[in-house]
Amino acid sequence: MKKIIASVIIFGLLNPGCTDTKSRSKGIYMLLDSPGTHALELKKAQSIINYLLGILHPGDTLAIARIDTASFSEKDIIAKVTFNERPSVANDQKRAFMQKVDTFVNSVKGRPYTDISGGVFQAIKYLNEANSGKKYILIISDLKQKLAKGHVGEVSLQLDNFSVIALNVTKLRQNIRDPKIYMARAEDWRFKVENSGGKWRVLNDLEKLDNIFTK
Amino acid sequence: MTFANMLSITSNEFLSALIWIVLVLSMLYFARRPFHRAVGSLSKIIYNAMRLTSAFLMQAEKRLVKRNREVLMAAGLEKAERVVEREFDRITTAVVRDLAIYPNVHRQLSEITTQLNEDYAKSADVPPSLPNWIPIIESISQIKHSGDSMVANMLAEINRSLVEQHKNAIEEYRNSSASRHSILNKMLARWRKVQRTLNHVAKSIAKLNDRAKSIDRYMDEYEKIRKQTDKAARLLSSSSLAKFFISGLFLMIGIGGVIINFNLIALPMSEMIGGGSYIGAYKTADIFALVIILIELTLGLFLMESLRLTRLFPVIGSMDDNMRRRIIWITLTMLAILAGVESALAFIHDRLAHDMEALRQTLAGVEQTAISTSMIPTVGQMFLGFILPIILAFIAIPLEYFIFSCLSVLGVAAAGLLRLIAFILRLIGNVGYYMGRFVVNVYDLLIFPPIWLEGVILGAKTRQKATPDQKIRATKELVEEPIDNLDETIELRESQE
Repeated sequence: MKKIIASVIIFGLLNPGCTDTKSRSKGIYMLLDSPGTHALELKKAQSIINYLLGILHPGDTLAIARIDTASFSEKDIIAKVTFNERPSVANDQKRAFMQKVDTFVNSVKGRPYTDISGGVFQAIKYLNEANSGKKYILIISDLKQKLAKGHVGEVSLQLDNFSVIALNVTKLRQNIRDPKIYMARAEDWRFKVENSGGKWRVLNDLEKLDNIFTK
Repeated sequence: MTFANMLSITSNEFLSALIWIVLVLSMLYFARRPFHRAVGSLSKIIYNAMRLTSAFLMQAEKRLVKRNREVLMAAGLEKAERVVEREFDRITTAVVRDLAIYPNVHRQLSEITTQLNEDYAKSADVPPSLPNWIPIIESISQIKHSGDSMVANMLAEINRSLVEQHKNAIEEYRNSSASRHSILNKMLARWRKVQRTLNHVAKSIAKLNDRAKSIDRYMDEYEKIRKQTDKAARLLSSSSLAKFFISGLFLMIGIGGVIINFNLIALPMSEMIGGGSYIGAYKTADIFALVIILIELTLGLFLMESLRLTRLFPVIGSMDDNMRRRIIWITLTMLAILAGVESALAFIHDRLAHDMEALRQTLAGVEQTAISTSMIPTVGQMFLGFILPIILAFIAIPLEYFIFSCLSVLGVAAAGLLRLIAFILRLIGNVGYYMGRFVVNVYDLLIFPPIWLEGVILGAKTRQKATPDQKIRATKELVEEPIDNLDETIELRESQE
């Protein structure tokens, strides 16, 4: 009897099925509205990405995509990765990811459109496929939707178990004369996100990223 | 009924108030006896219940103290037995060792004695003396001749022969003396050898004697413990407390070692089995690292048991020597393998730490500092990884002391706690009792007018007899007596009835 109990315990410990690899993993999808004129915003976004690369662990997922397109598609994804279980391999992946972001930041050109809904839709799809335990969508944008003629911006979103975080860019952009306009857009998004089952948050201080991602 | 209504039963408020006071006082006066009895019963219930519980706890404390003493004595006896057994083992080893060389010593002594006998005999040989006719010839050679050359020549020849004979005799004597001295010189070395051998034997015997004295001393202690004397109990108790703290200190040091070891292998373990999986709230890699350390501790425990340094598992200690030797080799080999694995993990830890630091600097946008190429930190970590499991194996020794001393220390603490609870219960009982008395007195104080009237009306007649109240007071003096067992109960004096 004792042998059986011991065998069950050892099998349970060694069996990978018993271990939980997903529920504690994080998935972060960053949507970047990258108008070429806002170099400061891009630098800030890059520092956030570097910060995220620093705190993410093996098994976590990170993707960066631009939303300054007429209609969001797969080709707007700048970089995406699910970090390997081995820390050394994950470190190499982080270096490669950083390289891609560097290349993007140095070569990006502004576009006149912004498709936030399409980006959020893709982010939901990607993070659901990655099967992350905690899912975050980080939006760095003035939240103003500008679609090309003929494109539909309103899509139904399923944001259960998602946290959508918007970075307040009013301090970074000179062209936002009235912060109230940004706050009004943020309120619209809050309504949309919370109605879809997600959590909405506007981040005014980057220092508070720690509170969100390292908890 | 409001207060205003109460004061309006007559047209005069003062009169109404007076009537109410009289009514209330009368009511309280008539309820006095039942109230006294009720309060008295309640306070006695509290008092008796608390004292009874206290007595029960004191009895439990006594049983616990007795049990502690038995445990302490048993542990002391076992320890004394172990010490005596060890001394006997040492004596056995010494006797076996010395007796094994005894035939050799005996043979050496016999050979040396024979040689000494022979040498002595040789040294006693008398040197050859001159022949008996030498004095006659000497006399002839000394004869004075009258000038005859032939006689003179003959006498001269005799004299020369004689001198030559003398020389030869002296030479032979000297040679003989030299030979004897040489023999005596050889004898000196042999004597010294004999002395050395005998000194060695004497030392061995002296050691045995010392050990025998030690055994006598230990046996005395053993006898004291066996007789369960108070002195032995006190000694064992203080020794147990000292052991508790000392072994606790060493265990803390050991736990520190375990934490260092854990930090050394947890990160590289994630490189081996993945860093993203969890079991419950903990990383699988961390659990595996902890399991490896626990396995090392277990192996260390078995090793110490097999070496008979600890006795947590008597079944291992009582195995036959061959089996124990096998267990020793198996545990040692496994421990060495795990130490090697840890050493390799420490190497990976060093590489990973370098890699992570470099990545952190890159991500922070800091100019990368040159990574040291020195192998000293790496080798240091590897050495630490190898040596820590072996050091941790020795935790079994303080662990054993801690467990055994913990039994008696916990027993003493539990007995102290029981005593404290018993004291508090007795205190509550007494406070409850006197609170009852206090309430009764306050009640009487409130209704003093009717009591005073009662005294006045009854007068001297009743004063001669003690009033029931006085009887109550006279019989209800609380005497503090220690209750040592449950058979002693408190006499309930229903004096108020």
